[in-house]
Amino acid sequence: MGVEIRAEGLVMTYGDTRAVDGVSFTVASGEFFGLLGPNGAGKTTTLEMIEGLRKPQAGTVRIDQYEPWKREPALQRRMGVQLQASSFFERLTAREQLDTFGSLYGVAAGRTDEMLEEVGLVDKADVRTEDLSGGQKQRLSIACALIHDPDVVFLDEPTAALDPQARRNLWDVLRTMNDSGRTVVLTTHYMDEAEVLCDRVAIMDAGKILELDTPAALVRGLDAPVRISLAPGTITVETAREIAGGDPVVDEESALTITTREPSRVLTQLANRDALDGLSVKGASLEDVFLELTGREYRA
Amino acid sequence: MRPLRSLATAMLKGYFRDRMALFFSIIFPLMFLVLFGGIFTDDGASKADVIQIGHVAILDDAPKEAKAAYAKSLGIHKSTDEAAALRKVKKGDADALITQKGDTLVLHFSRADPVKAAELQGQFQAIVQAANIAVTGQPPKFNVTTQQVEDESLSAIQFYTPSLLGWAIAAGATFGAAANLVVWRKNGLLRRLRLAPVRTSSVVLARVAVSLAIALMQAAIFIGIGKAFFGLQLTGWWPMIIPLLVAGTLAFMSIGLFAGAISKTEEAAIGISNFVVLPMAFLSGSFFSLDGAPGWIATVGKLLPLKHLNEGMLDTMVRGDGPSSAVMPIVFLLGFAVVVTAIASRFFRWDD
Ligand SMILES: Nc1ncnc2c1ncn2[C@@H]1O[C@H](COP(=O)(O)OP(=O)(O)OP(=O)(O)O)[C@@H](O)[C@H]1O
Ligand SMILES: [Mg+2]
Repeated sequence: MGVEIRAEGLVMTYGDTRAVDGVSFTVASGEFFGLLGPNGAGKTTTLEMIEGLRKPQAGTVRIDQYEPWKREPALQRRMGVQLQASSFFERLTAREQLDTFGSLYGVAAGRTDEMLEEVGLVDKADVRTEDLSGGQKQRLSIACALIHDPDVVFLDEPTAALDPQARRNLWDVLRTMNDSGRTVVLTTHYMDEAEVLCDRVAIMDAGKILELDTPAALVRGLDAPVRISLAPGTITVETAREIAGGDPVVDEESALTITTREPSRVLTQLANRDALDGLSVKGASLEDVFLELTGREYRA
Repeated sequence: MRPLRSLATAMLKGYFRDRMALFFSIIFPLMFLVLFGGIFTDDGASKADVIQIGHVAILDDAPKEAKAAYAKSLGIHKSTDEAAALRKVKKGDADALITQKGDTLVLHFSRADPVKAAELQGQFQAIVQAANIAVTGQPPKFNVTTQQVEDESLSAIQFYTPSLLGWAIAAGATFGAAANLVVWRKNGLLRRLRLAPVRTSSVVLARVAVSLAIALMQAAIFIGIGKAFFGLQLTGWWPMIIPLLVAGTLAFMSIGLFAGAISKTEEAAIGISNFVVLPMAFLSGSFFSLDGAPGWIATVGKLLPLKHLNEGMLDTMVRGDGPSSAVMPIVFLLGFAVVVTAIASRFFRWDD
């Protein structure tokens, strides 16, 4: 149960593009690991080298004792993959897809119903995949990755295109898997997802890992100020400036916001003035870390 | 074994649910069979309707073999009412009236159908000549044998069933393999399957099994319809078409794999397949016999797998040749498959 992943000095270039440029990390057995990064950062390429779809041009990957690009069935039976683009057999129903993938992995037929239940596609069991919605396809693709109850799962943006319900249900599925000791590696653009699910995240850009730590440590490391917002009219701007004592105050139609590194002092004073109604406090999030590290410009 | 079977099942389901694929591999070729089989079915086969009045020694006393020979082209029935019979001939309800006056055979015919009239005259002349020679007790000195140039004595359905079946199989196997390869590469299924504990050979064998199943189904439908509606007659060694079909399917699949390997899109793969299969079908005599065609066509034909498949099937299925006539075509087809698959594999990619 659970496997250890060691990637060292991975390199992959496409023409002039260094898609992955010396990436190293390890994922411990039973760990939930996230790869974050803007579009084109090299997440998919990294994942594909680890899964064994691409042979690294330099560097090594080990999943336990295996070298994944050798595609040994013993490893593949323990590995579940969901690729960024869903891939299905043409003109088969959801149930038939699961049955087919299941039999490739030597899974008993009963698993199909379990998986349909797990990803909420029982009603769509007999619908052909071409007629499923984008999010339903995505869920089916995840179900296909989990059909054989693998020890390690690689998911490339599993929650892209999912509605909030499906996203949270999927989180439950993945957390349950991880709780029972399985290793999970996923890529995502949702920072809340990474914060909620991942034990550790690596933030990538331009083929390199910029930071790698637990979400909490990354946020702490950012040492970002806290944003305290008040409903308009609770206190005047002048009072706010007084309380803020030099920290920036922004007066907007929707809220009055104080950005401070001393939230306890500001909050105490607000409490003294009985101004806590409708108040919200926002600390830095992984998203701030992400934007801080990778900047705000569009990526190719 | 189980992965292979479930992959084949998935492919087969996909095929049967693809109306276009079904149409082009089964219905479309069948339309040609019905068309060609139907148009040419009467070709010289209709009998002349002849009424015989009274005793005609030359017909009635002819030896059995002679009777059988002329019964093929003459439908003779007897009557006693000469006047009524004559009216029938005049109205065109019968083609001729025959009586014997002494030693003279009298043939009444109508000019309404001049071709048939000429044929009948010629036929009765021949019968009388033959009888005259027989009376002398000498073997005839001169003989004529006739041979039609188009195809040696094969009626339309006998020729078209194997020939169009060959085309149907070529189209089905080529398009099936080409489209399968491109679609699976484009939608990422090939990559996905690479990460499943399935050997590449299982994926290939599953496709081979599906293509073979489709080819055998095409053969069963063609032969079934030929026999049921068009009087197709199979000759003794016809089951030899099964190994022929297997070898042919492999050869055409290799063309499909090549088309699929070099194409980026499904449209391109279908286009290339068409570009190969259609001219090949013409040059292999699938649509019309090439016995009268110029020599270079025969030379080109020797290089085409479909030509070899068609010849092998014609020989064993309708020409009554022995199983050995299938050997050379099978060897050629398998060799072709090996060479073209090797070429295709050089162009093969798992993803774009
Ligand atoms: N097959 C390929 N051929 C050429 N270039 C490629 C190929 N695959 C990826 N790239 C390039 O490599 C870089 C990294 O791509 P990759 O797909 O790994 O990014 P990603 O982090 O997964 O992005 P996204 O968040 O958009 O999925 C990109 O610049 C991309 O254009
Ligand atoms: Mg990606």
